[in-house]
Amino acid sequence: MSAPLLRVREIDAFIEQFHILEDVTFDVPDGGITVLLGRNGAGKTTTLRSVLGMTSVTSGDIEYNGQSIVGKKTHTIAQMGIGYVPEHRAIFSELTVQENLRIAARHKDDLPRNIEMIFTLFPDLKRLYQLQGGNLSGGQQQMLAIARALVPDNRLLLIDEPSEGLAPVIIEQVIAAIKALAETKTVLLVEQNFRVASQLADNYVIMDHGQSVAHGVMASLSQDDEIVQRYLGVGMH
Amino acid sequence: MTRSDAVLITAIVGAILSFSFISSGGNVGSFGITILSGLFQGMLLFLVAAGLSLIFGLMDVLNFAQGAYFMVGAYLAYDIQHTGGLIDVGIADPGLRFIVGVIAATLAGAVLGVLLELLLRPVYKRHLFLLVLTFGVSIVMLEGIKAFYSVTPYTWTEFFGIREAQFTFLGQNFTQYRLFVLAVGFALMVGISLLLNRTRIGIIIRAGVQDREMVSALGINVQTVFTFVFTLGCAVAAFGGAIAAPFLGATITMGTTYLVAAIAVIVLGGLGSYEGTAIGAMIVGLALAAMQQFSITINQPVLASITPMMLLIAVLLIRPRGLFGQER
Repeated sequence: MSAPLLRVREIDAFIEQFHILEDVTFDVPDGGITVLLGRNGAGKTTTLRSVLGMTSVTSGDIEYNGQSIVGKKTHTIAQMGIGYVPEHRAIFSELTVQENLRIAARHKDDLPRNIEMIFTLFPDLKRLYQLQGGNLSGGQQQMLAIARALVPDNRLLLIDEPSEGLAPVIIEQVIAAIKALAETKTVLLVEQNFRVASQLADNYVIMDHGQSVAHGVMASLSQDDEIVQRYLGVGMH
Repeated sequence: MTRSDAVLITAIVGAILSFSFISSGGNVGSFGITILSGLFQGMLLFLVAAGLSLIFGLMDVLNFAQGAYFMVGAYLAYDIQHTGGLIDVGIADPGLRFIVGVIAATLAGAVLGVLLELLLRPVYKRHLFLLVLTFGVSIVMLEGIKAFYSVTPYTWTEFFGIREAQFTFLGQNFTQYRLFVLAVGFALMVGISLLLNRTRIGIIIRAGVQDREMVSALGINVQTVFTFVFTLGCAVAAFGGAIAAPFLGATITMGTTYLVAAIAVIVLGGLGSYEGTAIGAMIVGLALAAMQQFSITINQPVLASITPMMLLIAVLLIRPRGLFGQER
């Protein structure tokens, strides 16, 4: 088995005086989709933010592609090939769709090279190209947020709650797009919707009260009613 | 700009101009003075407010030193133009000396802007510290000017071509220099707007105004963008001081006066909006000129100095977010 793309080892993180992450440890294999599961407040978003250096890690280590990234600046970590699709999308509402994509390019040819792939995944964006980000619907903004992470050649995508607040038909589109892009990229996903998570993920990590408590192959989790009930509070059958 | 924005702006400008026309007893000449002097003052205000607005938009902090850069620009331009000062550039032609003075002042503003940004770096995440620090820097700059140039106000005496040549507007004579300031200021206004709207750095600045953490997460070093914006903002303010000096001279109070009016401009225009700052500056300039005329008529000079703040209060009562502001 090849070395994991992302290795998180016993990280601790605080937000102000609150101890949010405690000894969080997991691996993200190279390729495929790994999902972080857990109840609200379990520390999933903070984990993603810690990877990108937006929340400081006080102890432990995070390795990306064999290199320690703890303590590095957010923009340096992103430049190593990590794309971020945050929970509330963080679309630049004053900028057009085109500008939202253009700003993400790290090299001059990034956008021209990848724009056709982006339009194939999200045909709507072609039609909305000159519209301001703020005028897009929630679903369209979600597509733009994912598209933005696809402009540079990122190897790892951190996607936080992509289905949140979206209509079922839009969720299906987003699921299809994430599946398609995971053929060439590694995805670390945070997803509350267990049905969406189980459709997408190859591997899972369960978080509870700021700790990583279980991990494994998604297909086996779907058979393990006890863990699902205990940590996620959802019944599958 | 939406339709209601346009209506509101037209109403404000219309009210100011009507007030000016009526209070001068229908005197066309006074009306001409209000318009030209108003646009002139508005343009100078814009040059201070532009940097203030860009820096505030990106970093959520009012750079209290912005007025000091305007003052330093004026002193440098004054010194280079007049003999017997600290700097002697050895150029005989006063017109050429003026150009050199403006360029030197702008470059000094840029260099001091970089230094200020370096000084602020350790406290970027603490807004109150930033505020106090920029205020402190403005005091240091003011005391520095006092030490080099004393507290005596300097009146511009070394005239040159366009500062002397006149033209007539609505029966009144004005120096062509006013037109020069309007033209240069307008060119700069358009230039910065093109920079913000057409270039990659401009897109990054506009995005950073909204969400600078997301900009970092895209792999962009926001720090270098901060440095760029600080340098630009301070250089433009120093440039403003330099081109204002042939009219205003160089005084130690000019920085504070323009800073306070510029704060009124950016709040009135809508915090973080460049468009709002440009239009707000012109509105405050026109209102100032109208009140200056009126205060001479009724012999109450205080009216002019409180005008920017009174106008600010009036606009905020109608529209709390300012003319073009986003809800923040």
